[in-house]
Amino acid sequence: MADVDRIPILKMGHFLLVSIQVDMHDRLAMTLQDDLTSSIVKNRARGVLIDISSLEIVDSFIGRMLANIAAMSRVLDAETVVVGMRPAVAITLVELGMSLTGVRTALTVERAMEMLRGSVGEAARRGPADATDPV
Amino acid sequence: MPLIRSDKLPVASDGDIVMVRQRVRAMAVESGFSLVDQTKIVTAASELARNTLVHGGGGTAELEMLVQGARRGVRLTFRDHGPGIADIAAAMRDGVTTGGGLGLGLGGAKRLSNEFDIQSRPGEGTVVRITRWR
Repeated sequence: MADVDRIPILKMGHFLLVSIQVDMHDRLAMTLQDDLTSSIVKNRARGVLIDISSLEIVDSFIGRMLANIAAMSRVLDAETVVVGMRPAVAITLVELGMSLTGVRTALTVERAMEMLRGSVGEAARRGPADATDPV
Repeated sequence: MPLIRSDKLPVASDGDIVMVRQRVRAMAVESGFSLVDQTKIVTAASELARNTLVHGGGGTAELEMLVQGARRGVRLTFRDHGPGIADIAAAMRDGVTTGGGLGLGLGGAKRLSNEFDIQSRPGEGTVVRITRWR
C-alpha cells in the first residue's frame, strides 16, 4: 500500500467527496479531519460524503475522527454521510463500544448522494426566514 | 501450549501501529480466522498498540500463533515501561481515559478477545495479553 501523507478531497457541486483507500495512521486521520473542515468553509460546501468501503477496520480513533467530522460539518452548516462500511467492520465497531451516534451512514454512494441532495433541498425550501415566519 | 511461530515488533510510532495491524491480519488469515474474527483481533490490536504508544510511551508487540488440539489461535502481548496503571478496574471501564481518547481501548479490546489479561504496576509499566481462537 502506497505511503501517502494526505487523503485527497474532491469537490463536486456543493459537495465534497473523500474516499479513504489506505490503512490510515493516526496523524493522517487528524490531517484529513483538519483538511475537510477548512475545505467545507473554503468551498462553502453543503455536504460531505466519506467512502470507507476500502477500510478493513474502524477502531476507536478512526471512529472518533468520523464523529468529529460529522459534528464539525454540522456546525458549519453541512451534512456528512459515511458510505460503504463493511459488515465485519460494523459488527466489530459495535462490540468495541462505538455506535457512531450523530453520524449518518449509507450503504451505497447513490443512496448517500440522495440523502445529501435531500437535506440541501429541504434547507433551500425552508428558506432563511422560516423560523420567524408568522403563517 | 504449542507455539507455531512468534514475531516481536516495535511500537514507537503511528506507522508501527499500522504495521502491527497488518502483521496481526496476516497471522489471523494464516490461522484460518473468519473475516469477522480477523477484523476483531486486528481492531483489538490497534487499540492496544495505541495504548502502548500513547500511555506507555512506546514498547513492543509480540505476536504468537498457537495450536491447541484442532484449535488455532493468535495471542498478542503488548509491553511498555511507562508510568503503569494505578487503578486497573477504573482503566477498564468504558469512557475512562487519560489520553484524550474515548476510553474504549482496554474494555473494547477485552470484548473483542476470548482471553484477556493485564498486569501493571505504577512506575514499572504495563503488559496486556489477549488471545483469540478460531
